[in-house]
Amino acid sequence: MTTIFLDDISFRHPGGVRLFHHLDLTIGSERVGLIGANGTGKTTLFHIIMGLLKPESGQVLLDGRGVVDAKAWQQLRRQVGFLFQDADDQLFSPTVLEDVAFGPLNMGDDGPAARAKAMATLDGLGLADFENRITHQLSGGEKKLVALATILVMAPDILLLDEPTNNLDPATRERLVSILNDLNLPMVIISHDLDFLAKTTEVIYSLEHGHLHRSDSIHLHSHPHAHVYGDHPHDHGG
Amino acid sequence: MISAFFFSVVVALCHTLVAPLLALTVGGVLLLVAHLPAREVARRLLVVNLFTLVFWLTLPLTVPGEALMELGPLVITKPGVALAALITLKTNAIVLAFIALVATSRLADIGHGLAALKVPSRFCMLLLFTYRYIFVLQLEYQRLRRAALLRGFRPATTIHTYRTYGNLLGMTLVKSWQRGVRIQQAMVLRGFQGRFYVLEGRRLAASDWILSALVLFAAAAVALMELMGSSGGG
Repeated sequence: MTTIFLDDISFRHPGGVRLFHHLDLTIGSERVGLIGANGTGKTTLFHIIMGLLKPESGQVLLDGRGVVDAKAWQQLRRQVGFLFQDADDQLFSPTVLEDVAFGPLNMGDDGPAARAKAMATLDGLGLADFENRITHQLSGGEKKLVALATILVMAPDILLLDEPTNNLDPATRERLVSILNDLNLPMVIISHDLDFLAKTTEVIYSLEHGHLHRSDSIHLHSHPHAHVYGDHPHDHGG
Repeated sequence: MISAFFFSVVVALCHTLVAPLLALTVGGVLLLVAHLPAREVARRLLVVNLFTLVFWLTLPLTVPGEALMELGPLVITKPGVALAALITLKTNAIVLAFIALVATSRLADIGHGLAALKVPSRFCMLLLFTYRYIFVLQLEYQRLRRAALLRGFRPATTIHTYRTYGNLLGMTLVKSWQRGVRIQQAMVLRGFQGRFYVLEGRRLAASDWILSALVLFAAAAVALMELMGSSGGG
């Protein structure tokens, strides 16, 4: 089991307010939902975990060892998959197959092996006939699923998902719920969609004023929402 | 693609009427083989021939030479008409060949083709990335422009207009740069270390070689006719 520990992290953007103040967090055994108002630094926290941003103080530990040099970061990035908010940032190859195979090729797989892995991953997500599609012509929901494929093909031990349900239609959103629940991987999901988090995660952290607050049970449907389709009621789970 | 380039060069250098006529035929044949939607091709040819129409309107009147006919003060000259006809033939031949050989490919295929021809991978990637993101950037620019229009912005020749367009362009530039950073991050997170690997680098198949050879042969034939034609006093 892979464990990531954020040890005493403090961070502020250059010239900005302090986002984290001596923050600790362990990732690796649970499926965690991360909520918080806009601008509280949820995405920034992911960037620190992945080594895209350097904290002012404190360090990231992978399986108990500090991630300090480039080699250690490469190892961490191999084990942790990060799904961006905007799939357009993540899909840069001309075709779906090439994009999904990009990671395995960088990991040293040869062409046929990378291709086989990519096809298997697409197949597992129900995207079996997508390999020759042009990435920029996909719909928003398709882009999101393909972006997830580009992460999963690298066989990560932990997933970080940044607002995965943004702009997804209800059907694709439900599809994502069942995909994530079938994965059986520890993950952290940033979202404002509490209903989605209730279906996919076990514990919620909320980020406020640079500190994390843990709550083991969230109140299902404590948020107002519209029942647009009155003839398709959904279960409020008692 | 290489063949298409040579073909165009040869055709463009022709002076006689006969050779471009052959070239036009070759272009037509290629087009038939490529099975393209006729409407699309016609639409593209129409655009091109709007340009040649301009030549037809000007050249016969301006090129000095033996008069073909006189319309009041206007003199239509033989060399002028010949030149206009030549340009029309050449243009159409080149456009037909290019539509058939290059424009039918998706840009992704052209990129892979270039990679197979051992064009440096940086150049290929530059081409593919440009193609991938040009639509995204265009959308971003249009979103900004629409936002400005919806708040009552009317373009006019005023400082306010120029300043607004400056801001729009500047904003697009900043957003592009930020997107570039995010894409680079996405690549690094997936193990990118500055080297591109090609997935099953598309081999040049025998049929590719045969097609290139045929087109090059056609180009050579056109060149030969041209040489014979001009030495014969054309």
